[in-house]
Amino acid sequence: MSLYNFGLEPLSCHAWNKDRTQIAISPNSNVVHIYQKSEKGWNKIHELTEHSGRITGIDWAPVSNRIVTCASDRNAYVWTLKEDAWKPTLVLVRINRAATCVKWSPQENKFALGSGAKLISVCYFEKENDWWLSKHIKKTICSTVLSLDWHPNNVLLAAGSADLHCRVFSAYIKDIEERPGPTPWGAKMPFGEMLLEHKDCGGWVHGISFSPSGDRLAWVSHNSSIGVADAPAGKEVTQLTVEHLPLLSVLFVSETEIVAAGHDCCPYQYSYKGPGNLQFVKKLDVPKQSSRSGTSAMQHFRNLDKKATTEEDQNELDTLHQNSITQLCIVEGPKSKVNKFSSVGLDGAMVVWDFKVLMGVINTKPGVPSRRKYVI
Amino acid sequence: MAKNTLSSRFRKVDIDEFDENKFVDEQEEAAELQGPDGAEPTHLIHQGDMMTAFHVALRNPPVNTKNAVVKERAQAIVLRVLTSFRSSEIETAVRSLDRNGVDLLMKYIYRGFEKPTENSSVILLQWHEKAFAVGGLGSIVRVLTARKTV
Repeated sequence: MSLYNFGLEPLSCHAWNKDRTQIAISPNSNVVHIYQKSEKGWNKIHELTEHSGRITGIDWAPVSNRIVTCASDRNAYVWTLKEDAWKPTLVLVRINRAATCVKWSPQENKFALGSGAKLISVCYFEKENDWWLSKHIKKTICSTVLSLDWHPNNVLLAAGSADLHCRVFSAYIKDIEERPGPTPWGAKMPFGEMLLEHKDCGGWVHGISFSPSGDRLAWVSHNSSIGVADAPAGKEVTQLTVEHLPLLSVLFVSETEIVAAGHDCCPYQYSYKGPGNLQFVKKLDVPKQSSRSGTSAMQHFRNLDKKATTEEDQNELDTLHQNSITQLCIVEGPKSKVNKFSSVGLDGAMVVWDFKVLMGVINTKPGVPSRRKYVI
Repeated sequence: MAKNTLSSRFRKVDIDEFDENKFVDEQEEAAELQGPDGAEPTHLIHQGDMMTAFHVALRNPPVNTKNAVVKERAQAIVLRVLTSFRSSEIETAVRSLDRNGVDLLMKYIYRGFEKPTENSSVILLQWHEKAFAVGGLGSIVRVLTARKTV
């Protein structure tokens, strides 16, 4: 597991480039920093400063190497790399509230933007006029759209929103793509058609994710629960209540395994094997090396003098992240068998989690100091 | 300038009521549960059968209705059952509930906190401690985020 701290500011969002040598992050401001990996750590190589409001979403299209950013200034920009500098192109999203999240479609010919204007803006490039246009999906959305995810078929779009619902829409744009074939979610898919509406997810739907095949949809909501809708099984919904603080981000790491993280500062793994069968598997964190290796008498009295207590320094949390995790992202591996995923949090740290290491750690005997904090 | 600058009556106007785009909860057509039957738990408490009284009191929670009277009545019944438990028995009672039961119990506990009486706080805090041990932070979050209150 590798942890890198990008400073004191919380990281609102992050995105990786294709070969994972560069990362674009935003430190809770209106600027995007792009860092390049080096032996000693990460070096900042670019700063993207076009937005005037706090950046709420970044997505990096791996193949076409374009970055889309959206912010609370109601704008979105598409950045292309020209001669070692990133040049922005304004996108006409036509929203009158802040944008909250943005995602490139799997084929990178369009992207979806969620906003506080109670609508989703699906944007595509129009060659004749050389600009980015948008089409709006407004049907039945009553509040801010908090999270988005694309189905692998490049047409279906899942949206979680603050009106406690999660929905699947069709974002089929006939100008730029072929008609999609039928899927377990539905056969007729004109633009804006709603194929699933799950009412009352219990709370604001912070994170949403399609499974690698697109047949299942998982979401996490603010009432500390995780839900999965299964399209082949008649769109049946299974919900599981979680004993921890609400989760903010969810990711399918294989067709049946789900990783979710949030205000409890560490990722958890869940397993979905069929309708009604959603279970907690384990906590995916590296246990902290116990530093209670015997306090000397001197330390004991020093503590007593300084803090009037003999307890050890309890300032740090037990988990790798010291504050809520805001976003999870796949780093390595195909969607159907993710090997590594990354998390960023409000503590300004980015952690890359490796399943192989996690397996090794969890299999070690208790009592063995097994955490090594190393920085790439 | 406003004509009358001394009056602050305008501050009591609920501006959200006048908002056209106000978010309204969807009206569910679920059956209105009327809350537990008052006589039964009392009867069981007198008999000394605390566990059954407990389970009966937690049946039919009035979550779908907006009728304050029904909710008050249910709350009173549950509170009576909770306060007549002995401290040592609380843990077994909590363990006999499933996940939804623990969440429901937490809702009643927090409802009880809202109007503390002479003895209720102490016993409610003990219940809270045991329910928290089983339900975790998630059960408290669900009390805070629930649109359908008990």
